[in-house]
Amino acid sequence: MLNPQVLQLLWQATLETLYMVACSSALGALFGLPVGVLLVVTAPGHILPNRVIHRITGVVVNIGRSVPFVILMIAIIPFTRMIAGTSIGTTAAIVPLTVSAIPYVARLVESALSEVDFGVIEAAESMGATPLQIIWKVLLPESLPSLVLGFTITTVSLVSYSAMAGAIGGGGLGDLAIRYGYQRFRSDIMIQTVVVLVVLVQLVQMAGNALARRLDHRHPS
Amino acid sequence: MPAHAASAAAAPQPILSLRDVEKTYGRGNKQVDALRGVTLDVYPGEIFGIIGPSGAGKSTLIRCINLLERPEKGQIFIDGVDVTGFRGRRLREVRRNIGMVFQHFNLLSNRTAAGNVAFPMEIVGIPKGERARRVAQLLAFVGLEEKADRYPSELSGGEKQRVGIARALAMEPRILLCDEATSALDPDTTVAILNLLKSINQRLGLTIVMVTHQMHVVRSICHRVAVIDQGRIAEVGPVMELFSNPRATATRRLVGEAAGIA
Repeated sequence: MLNPQVLQLLWQATLETLYMVACSSALGALFGLPVGVLLVVTAPGHILPNRVIHRITGVVVNIGRSVPFVILMIAIIPFTRMIAGTSIGTTAAIVPLTVSAIPYVARLVESALSEVDFGVIEAAESMGATPLQIIWKVLLPESLPSLVLGFTITTVSLVSYSAMAGAIGGGGLGDLAIRYGYQRFRSDIMIQTVVVLVVLVQLVQMAGNALARRLDHRHPS
Repeated sequence: MPAHAASAAAAPQPILSLRDVEKTYGRGNKQVDALRGVTLDVYPGEIFGIIGPSGAGKSTLIRCINLLERPEKGQIFIDGVDVTGFRGRRLREVRRNIGMVFQHFNLLSNRTAAGNVAFPMEIVGIPKGERARRVAQLLAFVGLEEKADRYPSELSGGEKQRVGIARALAMEPRILLCDEATSALDPDTTVAILNLLKSINQRLGLTIVMVTHQMHVVRSICHRVAVIDQGRIAEVGPVMELFSNPRATATRRLVGEAAGIA
C-alpha cells in the first residue's frame, strides 16, 4: 500500500513532471508553430514560395529531429546554462525539452497545415487576402483540430522525454523511478511511478482528443 | 446601369478585356499550351459565357482574369487598366473588385455560413457592426437567412453555393467570375442557382463571366458566349445567334452534343 511518505514523493515528482511538460510543450508550440508555418508557406506553389528558405528550414528541422534526446540534452548544456542559469534541476530540464519539441512541433504543424484544401486558400487569395491574413484566418483556423492533435502527441512525447531528463538530475517521475525504483530496488515505487505516468498520458490524450473533436466542423455532427 | 445584353453590347468601354493571352504549363516536350492567344471583351452588365470541352482551357482562362494564373504573354484590362503586371497590394485591390464562385464552393469549414460571408469584409477591415448587418442582408438575398449559424458540412450543395455567391457579392464587386459554379450540383439545384445568378445580374446590374461545359447553362442565362477549343477562341457572339448558326467546328460539335442529349 501507499504510505504517506511515498505518496508525498510521488506527488512532488508528479508536480515536477507536470511543470516540465507544461512549460516545454507551451514553449515548443510557441516556437515550433512559426517554423511549421514557414515550412508550409514557402513550399513550391504555396502562398510565399521560396526555395532557399524552404530547404534550409527543412534541413535544420531534420537535424533537430534526428539527434537523440539524451545526446541533445548533454550537448546543449552550455546553452541550457546560459538560459536557465544552471544545467541541473527541473527548470533547467525545460530548455532541452523545448529545444527537442520545436522541430517535432514544426513537422506536425506542417502536416496539419498541408491538409487544408488549396481551393480554400485560393478563394481567400481571390478575395484579396494578404499572405498573413491567409495564415491567420485560413490556414491556422482550418487546421485547428489537427493542430490540437499534433500538440497532444508532442505533449505525450514530452512526458516520456521528461523522464529521461530526470536521469541527469531533472527531477520528476523519471528521476523518482530511477533513484528509488532502480537504484534502491524499490520496485513498488517503480511500478507506482509508471502507473502515474500511464494515467498522465491517458489524461493528456483524452483531453486532446475531446478538444479536437469539439473544434472540428469538417464533418456533420 | 443597363442590364440587358443589347444595350450592354453597345456600350463603348469593355469592363474586361483580354488581349492575346497565352499560358503554358510544364516544360520542354511535356509543355501543354492551355491558352494560345485569347482575345475577348466583356461589357458592363452582361452575362458572358465561356464554354468548351474539358481541357479546352476555360478554367485557366477565367483564373487568368483575377490573376490566380499569371499568363506568360498578353494583357488583361479591367475597366481599361492593364492589370497584368500587378502584384502585392495593387493586385489585392483589383481582386477585391472581382468576386469569384467556385465549382467546389471552397468555403471555410470551420466558419459558419455567416462567418464565411463575413470573411472578405474582415480582410478589408469593415467594422464588426456593419459587417454583421451586411452579412444578414447578403444571406437574405441568397435565401439563407435561416442557415446563418450552420457550418458548411451541415449545408446541401446548393446551399453551400449560395453561401459562396453571398461571399463573392460581399465586397460589391464590379465583376463576378463563376468557375463551373453549377457543375457539382444536381439539375434542380443548378436551375435554382442559375436563377439566382440571373436575378443578381438583373437587380444589381453586375457583370458575370461564367465558365461551364454545360450547354444548357449557357443557353438559360448567358447573353453572349465564347466557344473555346484547344486554347483558342473558336467563336464569340450572342447565344441565340451562335447556336442557331454555328460556324466553328467546335460550336457545331457542342450544338450536336446538346441536341443528342435532348
